[in-house]
Amino acid sequence: MAEGKLIFEMRGISKSFGATHALRDVKLPIRTHEVHAIMGENGAGKSTLMKILSGVYTPDAGEILLDGKPVKIANPAAARDLGINLIYQELSVAPHMTVAQNVFMGSEPRGKFGMVDEAAMNRRTAEMLENLGARFSATTLAKNLSIAEQQQVEIGRALIHEGRILIMDEPTAALSDRETEQLFRIIEQLRDKGIAVLYISHRMAEVHRLATRVTILRDGGYVGELSKDELEPRRVVQMMVGRELGDFYAHAKRGARGAEVLRVEALAGGKVKPASFSLYSGEVTGLAGLVGAGRTELARLIFGADIKAAGKVVLAGQPIEVGEPGQAIALGIGYVPEDRKSLGLFLQLSALANTSMNVLAQHSSGGIIKYSELVRLTRDSIKKLNVKVSGPDGIVGGLSGGNQQKVLLARWLEIGPKVLILDEPTRGVDVGAKSEIYKIIHQLADDGVAILCISSELPEIVGICDRVMVMREGEITGEVSGDRITQENIMALAAHVEPAAAA
Amino acid sequence: MSTITLSPVERPSRPNAASIIRQMGMLPVLIVLYIGMYALTVYVAGSAGSNFLTSSNTMNILRQVSINLVLASGMTFVILTAGIDLSVGSILAVSAVFGMLTSLTQFASLSIPVFLLAGLACGLINGALVAFVGLNPFVVTLGTMTALRGAAYLFAGGTTVLNSNIPSFEWMGNGGFLAIPWLIWLAIGVVAVSWFILRKTVLGLQIYAVGGNPQAARLTGIKVGVVLMFVYAISGLFAGLGGAMSASRLYGANGNWGTGYELDAIAAVVLGGTSLSGGVGAIGGTVIGALIIGVMNNGLTILGLSSFWQYVAKGVVIVLAVMLDKWRQKHQTN
Repeated sequence: MAEGKLIFEMRGISKSFGATHALRDVKLPIRTHEVHAIMGENGAGKSTLMKILSGVYTPDAGEILLDGKPVKIANPAAARDLGINLIYQELSVAPHMTVAQNVFMGSEPRGKFGMVDEAAMNRRTAEMLENLGARFSATTLAKNLSIAEQQQVEIGRALIHEGRILIMDEPTAALSDRETEQLFRIIEQLRDKGIAVLYISHRMAEVHRLATRVTILRDGGYVGELSKDELEPRRVVQMMVGRELGDFYAHAKRGARGAEVLRVEALAGGKVKPASFSLYSGEVTGLAGLVGAGRTELARLIFGADIKAAGKVVLAGQPIEVGEPGQAIALGIGYVPEDRKSLGLFLQLSALANTSMNVLAQHSSGGIIKYSELVRLTRDSIKKLNVKVSGPDGIVGGLSGGNQQKVLLARWLEIGPKVLILDEPTRGVDVGAKSEIYKIIHQLADDGVAILCISSELPEIVGICDRVMVMREGEITGEVSGDRITQENIMALAAHVEPAAAA
Repeated sequence: MSTITLSPVERPSRPNAASIIRQMGMLPVLIVLYIGMYALTVYVAGSAGSNFLTSSNTMNILRQVSINLVLASGMTFVILTAGIDLSVGSILAVSAVFGMLTSLTQFASLSIPVFLLAGLACGLINGALVAFVGLNPFVVTLGTMTALRGAAYLFAGGTTVLNSNIPSFEWMGNGGFLAIPWLIWLAIGVVAVSWFILRKTVLGLQIYAVGGNPQAARLTGIKVGVVLMFVYAISGLFAGLGGAMSASRLYGANGNWGTGYELDAIAAVVLGGTSLSGGVGAIGGTVIGALIIGVMNNGLTILGLSSFWQYVAKGVVIVLAVMLDKWRQKHQTN
């Protein structure tokens, strides 16, 4: 690998929003031929720093040097002119336009009479796609692409602009393992071509795999920089949270599981092929599989969010018919959806409204809400789950990912669930909150709740589950428990490399 | 990111300066406008003196505002669910015609229920099409707006249904209680009922939830269809009441009544800080929004401005007021 040359440097960067210091005296050197990871809990200032670099915000203090000369980045267009491209966590691909139109959006090549030169656009996009090893063409409509492919389109956009710096914010959040691996190969290619990649991620394994250098931020301040050989997960976590974490997954092996709580018999619908399994009181059952394997769909069938085509659900020995979520909730079945912003929370409403939405009936008479009870209930939840919010009136949209997730969990804990299905409970959540969420999950299991935990993060599945079922292409392909819960065994079932393993 | 003017569960147990300013919403705009209008009328009237501030003119403003406020209250429910109800003006006309026709029959004493039920029925049609057929609210109510307008003309036979003998509901538009016209009391009652539903009841909180995030609302066990049905039904019901109020005031009903009222109602709701994308807003804002429009109309008329210029002025003020509100909210967050 060629030696990295310092092309860009941020020094003494500070930025405040009102009384909040989002960044204080942060520095960041950026070199060619390097993947530089930025790590920190949610709210540590990573996104603010990246937004300053890409011209969305202007810093209150500090200087930015390009090739040793100070520059001002007044707006995103100026950043792009300097060769800085940011790929947001939320992709911004226009679904009804072709790949080429997306790639060239805002900078379409002009031909005769100022008309868009479609041919040139498609040709240059095709070349770029070939370089990326993409398996779609320049004229494919963006809506037909998977999330991973859409990400390639965004990367393509950055490449067309001949970027020198590519910033990626949590790029793997929605990718399967295979897609992640493909993305990594692309990132490595870009790195070898001399592009400086800034990589924001919560995931230690990815950072370990990719990064040449890691900068760690905490509460808006610069904590330190580690080179590749200094990267040691415990140390990084400690720098990020500023304290020693307990055993990260807090996995104390529990005793024997309790009675069967929920039994699913040949449940099918949509892409889910007949599935049968049981959940037991006091046990954390994992549901692993690649993205798109049908795990969420299976959970939604149990919860009544989608209508089943066949099969039977038995709760505590009684067959139940669940036609809509309200019925499942009344029976004590909870489902914490995977996408808390679009499926879970009411972002513009208060913590109180979000926490009590499932138990309004119990805290009202004649349809009139007893607010004093809800205030008390919300205060208790905030305290119990250690949610950082100004109070019951605090608006949930302004909270960090981890705190939002805790509010969502609080809502489901209020129903006193017998069965709780958690879909990606720690996605986009920082390590501190993650560890707390794991504690809550284990506490619930200890209290006798049957837990089904869907997760795409294998270390998480391995770390917190007592038993793991694996799905592939809509089918439960096997189950592992005890010492057999390893990433290798789960992957084998998820990817079907080892047919004999199917139970 | 916009801040929230009023949230349904924001309970000012310990008010601080910032939250008071936030709760006031567009109130400062209303006050400035009121004072400005007064100054203008004084300037124009010269030595004759302005009667803008007199209690009789104040009553005039409130009476003129009352019907729009009733419609805007219903509209607030609908807009809180990220919907829109373009048909309120037409519903007003249909129910006014039905009620007046009833008053000419032997069932004259049942006129008020007929006004209300006609409005409610129209609202239920809107609700069913939006909630259970799953059509877009704009399209549904654009359709019913047109169709019901036609129906109103048809039932009125293309002319004005007149009846000067309407004992059962004459009080609405012409009587008073404690020296305040019933029109105003009715508007106050509608606002009070709306406030109570939105702020105190399970249904109210569910309306905010459905508006804020319908998918999450469904996964929380809220019957989204029922909530949507309710908001269009209550909008229709209030429009029916609006029909009764205008029919009573004018002793008649005509197919073209209430034309354009839906836009005044929407303007009042939006001026009041309720977000068109749903989930954010409150009835208190709608009251202020309706008053802003009322003060404008009244003041400009006293100034003797032609109605063409009044339209222009009204439109400009609506846009300016919302711009000001946006600016104010932005500076509050920073």
